[in-house]
Amino acid sequence: MLYALCFLLFMIGLYCAVVKKNMVKIVVGILIMEYAVNLFLVMLGFRTGGIAPIIDKTQFDAETGRIAASFINSSVDPLPQALVLTAIVISLGSLALMISLCIRTYEKYGTFDITEIRRLRG
Amino acid sequence: MSIPLPVFIAIPLATAFLLPMFGKRGKDAATIVANLATISLLILAIGCIGKSGVYEIGKWPIPLGINLVLDGLSSLVLLVISVVAAAVMLFSAGYMEQYTAKAKYLSLFLLMVAGMNGVVLSGDIFNLFVFLEIASLASYALVGFGCGHEELEASFKYTVLGTIASIFVLFAIGMVYGNTGALNMAYISKAIQSSGLNAGLSFALALFIVGFGLKAALVPFHAWLPDAHPSAPAPISAMLSGVLIKSLGVYALARVVFNVFGVSLEVGWLLIVLGILSMVAGAFLAIGQWDIKRLMAYSSISQIGYVVLGIGLGIMLLARDANPAWASLAILGGLFHLANHAVYKSLLFLTSGSIEMATGTRQLKEMGGLARRLPFTRTANAVASASIVGIPPFSGFWSKLILVMAAVQAHYYWIAAIIVFVSLCTLIMYLKVQRYVFLGELPENLQDVEENGGSMLVAMIFLTCLCVLMGLIVLVPGMRNSILEPAVRVLTDGLKYSDIVTAM
Repeated sequence: MLYALCFLLFMIGLYCAVVKKNMVKIVVGILIMEYAVNLFLVMLGFRTGGIAPIIDKTQFDAETGRIAASFINSSVDPLPQALVLTAIVISLGSLALMISLCIRTYEKYGTFDITEIRRLRG
Repeated sequence: MSIPLPVFIAIPLATAFLLPMFGKRGKDAATIVANLATISLLILAIGCIGKSGVYEIGKWPIPLGINLVLDGLSSLVLLVISVVAAAVMLFSAGYMEQYTAKAKYLSLFLLMVAGMNGVVLSGDIFNLFVFLEIASLASYALVGFGCGHEELEASFKYTVLGTIASIFVLFAIGMVYGNTGALNMAYISKAIQSSGLNAGLSFALALFIVGFGLKAALVPFHAWLPDAHPSAPAPISAMLSGVLIKSLGVYALARVVFNVFGVSLEVGWLLIVLGILSMVAGAFLAIGQWDIKRLMAYSSISQIGYVVLGIGLGIMLLARDANPAWASLAILGGLFHLANHAVYKSLLFLTSGSIEMATGTRQLKEMGGLARRLPFTRTANAVASASIVGIPPFSGFWSKLILVMAAVQAHYYWIAAIIVFVSLCTLIMYLKVQRYVFLGELPENLQDVEENGGSMLVAMIFLTCLCVLMGLIVLVPGMRNSILEPAVRVLTDGLKYSDIVTAM
């Protein structure tokens, strides 16, 4: 169910990026897609009632030198969070680039409407 | 581990961040440092031919850490990237004098090279995505480098489509991680072999094909390429057409399809259809163009179609359990065409840059009779055109011949016929370039154009020699066995990749 909502968010972003005529709205659509994917990645690691994946003394069995099974069974997966952190940084970079392109294009053409910015065709 | 793999990423990355410090006065020093970086990468890449190895970052063993993998396919693409990057960097030294902010250009260029090397070497699928984004972001900025009307528009279009492609790839990586619990390509491949493809993984494969297809500009996804490539400065067009669409698109697609998911008949036919569509549509659209760089950009779409066709044919033959020799012949043709196209298309874009710098125009109708004024550019352009069309002694002939032979041996005569037919279309479009640029009447305003000397000439002569000599790679058995065969073997081995990587 949650995954379906997440996919719906992705499709809303894709629709916005493909259909809208305003450059800024296209950028917003792309960002919605990125957030949907980030949300999806975080949900992959989520576990209802999970605990933070940090090993302290109570979870460490000193005699066998192993981590307690209860920890393995209840901790959330930390890897997707690391992935999302990286993905957010990358999307920040592309967002900055896209916004600066929008600003420079507005300076040149005086409009954000992509139907009026059509020097290249064919 | 004798070859220090991280240097392929570390050298361009470190140099890229060093260069802006030179400031305005140290422009010449910055150019020299950047050239030294690309030339040292070329030497290292030549040293990597025929070697293989795994580097574990921080000594973490692979299910936990990130690894870099060098195998036959990586070293082939690495070599292609380094050759083209070295030549183009040499060309930029002269060409980019007309732009301000040359140091920024050089550092973005090196960031792009670092990203591409990273994509080719990475053995971890999320890391591949990160390097793909490094290379893509640098290329978006480079397309808009001129900051004119057309550059900005093309760059925005390219950025939007490129970012959507990256998001698709990231989504696919999420799906793969959710289904297999691994991010290392060798481990994903093992998990897929033991569990088989389920619905989620098939969806992920479809997302990968769309994402990498957008990066490779295959025909339904090609809309950004004919705008982006001509708008960029000529050396960047050469980099984009020559290696970027191949290392980010075709290489990543081949790696994921062959080595991670395993070959299947559907994917094979899908790639054959995409390849043929790209070949035919690209060629037809190119013939109608009057802007020299736009014509070459459309012809890039057509040529990337050949590469994807060869790889798709290989997948299809492997999946059908046909004679493995046919499959490896098809893949050999595709990969050799990839290397050839990188060399002659970057040479063509460099000659277009030289023409544009000398005459100040890109419109075919405004030129003519330049053969006497620009003798070296003319020779380079003629050699590259002969090569792309497939005239016997030059490189393009051999790769097309191999593709035709593979199609005929596998009894797909119609594919062979299409390959020959598209070659004829290519002949028409490059005869058009020769006719309108170099022959005919010299217009009044171009009476006193001069050839650009120095580093630009050296770069063009270097690539021209390569165009003539590339045929040797496939004709001389020693070179074929050390450069091309290992790359083909990586792809025909398919899912054995995971065992090979974990054993290294």
